[in-house]
Amino acid sequence: MSQTVHEKPAAAAAPARDAVQADGHAVRLTGVSKSFGRGGAPVLDGIDLTVAPGEFVCLLGASGCGKSTLLNLVAGLDKPSAGAIDVPGGRPALMFQEHALFPWLKAGKNIELALKLRGMPREERKAEAQRLLALVRLDTAYDKRVHELSGGMRQRVALARALAQAGDVLLMDEPFAALDAITRDVLHDELTRIWADTGRAVVFVTHNVREAVRLGQRVVLLSSRPGRIAREWTIGIPQPRRIEAPDVSALSIEITEHLRGEIRRHGKH
Amino acid sequence: MASTDLTKPVDADGPSSASSVSSETPEDVAGLEAGLDALESYQEERTPIWRTLLAKVGPPTLAIAVLIGIWQIAYSAHLKPEYALPSPAQVWDAFMVQWHKGDVFDILWVSLKRAALGFLMALAIGTPLGLVVARVRWIRAAIGPLLSGLQSLPSVAWVPPAVIWFGLNNSAIYAVVLLGAVPSIAQGIISGVDQVPPLFIRAGRVLGATGLRGVWHILLPAALPGYLAGVKQGWAFSWRSLMAAELIAASPDLGYGLGQFLQQGRDLGEMPMMITAVFLILIVGIGIELLVFSPLEKLVLRQRGLLASTK
Repeated sequence: MSQTVHEKPAAAAAPARDAVQADGHAVRLTGVSKSFGRGGAPVLDGIDLTVAPGEFVCLLGASGCGKSTLLNLVAGLDKPSAGAIDVPGGRPALMFQEHALFPWLKAGKNIELALKLRGMPREERKAEAQRLLALVRLDTAYDKRVHELSGGMRQRVALARALAQAGDVLLMDEPFAALDAITRDVLHDELTRIWADTGRAVVFVTHNVREAVRLGQRVVLLSSRPGRIAREWTIGIPQPRRIEAPDVSALSIEITEHLRGEIRRHGKH
Repeated sequence: MASTDLTKPVDADGPSSASSVSSETPEDVAGLEAGLDALESYQEERTPIWRTLLAKVGPPTLAIAVLIGIWQIAYSAHLKPEYALPSPAQVWDAFMVQWHKGDVFDILWVSLKRAALGFLMALAIGTPLGLVVARVRWIRAAIGPLLSGLQSLPSVAWVPPAVIWFGLNNSAIYAVVLLGAVPSIAQGIISGVDQVPPLFIRAGRVLGATGLRGVWHILLPAALPGYLAGVKQGWAFSWRSLMAAELIAASPDLGYGLGQFLQQGRDLGEMPMMITAVFLILIVGIGIELLVFSPLEKLVLRQRGLLASTK
């Protein structure tokens, strides 16, 4: 097993930015493999992936390609079986498909907990939480209980909580998959805006090709069982894109063909 | 810190990539979003307090009235001789005699003080015990089954050995109360912890809540509903065990609580006194449940949106 360089301790918040500038990457995976159990078939196999600071990368793949496993590894929730993961900017934030907000805390306090855990002094927390809520356009939600918010609003609070973390990498695991189409469109616009505003690197996992093309600067297609990088596209369509736009559709059709090709391979054995 | 000074994405999509985002769409998006938020969020309606009270108090009052009616009929029909089945009015008189003597509250106080103290000790022991059993696998394997087994052991069984170990004194009584209440409080926090969605733990770890900080900020609050259910049961067990202990371990040094009051009624062959004692024991149990635990439980559930509003 090769050495595993993982995230630095969470406290390394302030000097992180310089490290990123010097290294030139926000996330770097080198030969990362992962299998579960002893001698289990690998879920991920030899992934090499570099995400530049401030870059928006979409990871695309059918079920079983290990996209969520990959995010868990980068987030530090799990350890790779082989290979190295380097996240110089400190513990990355991770957003899930479910909002994962804590129901015993009001919306604003959820964000303040994240601020507290990163070591922000008490007297600064409330103002910062309100600033983050304003960033996701939920100025009035500070005192709201989680269950009083709609699905889209919960995901925005979850985004604000993720942005409250000190790291400069935001990992998103199909965060909009459970939302209705109208809300999802709006959140795509919001995420694009917030990404441009905050300059975080985003690694966005999805199985929705159009969503990937709508959002990403780069789309990385993973093959399934084991997950390997099959292909990638750099997307030059200027933001803000519309998910229905002809150039987005054209590229989506092309990528979908490749995705289907990957899936078909599995039917042949 | 979510600052805005980081260089724009290196993989340039052309000059439009970042700046054009803030051109004209944001206002449209903001308006659309505000509309969606308004359409999709809902305001919880609170029913007026008098209606809640009526719905809560009405049916039980009616049920009690019916029960007393049946009792009166049974008495009038002479189902049992009068010394064994007094009428509701005779019991009421016996209660009023006690009331005028002014010692009802003294009796209640002796028992309530013991129950409360024993219950608090049980909380202080049962909570950390349950937490350790819930989190440490080998301890759980070792004493988990024992704890759930102890829950089904009637605590009266502890009274004779406790009297021999500690003598006829308050220590024996507290020992019985603790043996009755600690297992169910511990079991409460164990099942509370077991029911915590793994997603919360993962989300907490992503935020940096690991180790003791994870326990304090995530695990304990997330386990609170299950824990409260165990605490409530723990109170019921404390009260029950205390009554068993007071009834059996009667001695002048022990003070005069509800159990001793019941025992004295028995010694005197005073059935109205005994029934009064039983009612008082019942009323204290129900009263604490209604005044303390049910509001606490409701508060926690309502905060988390786990309480379906009853219409």
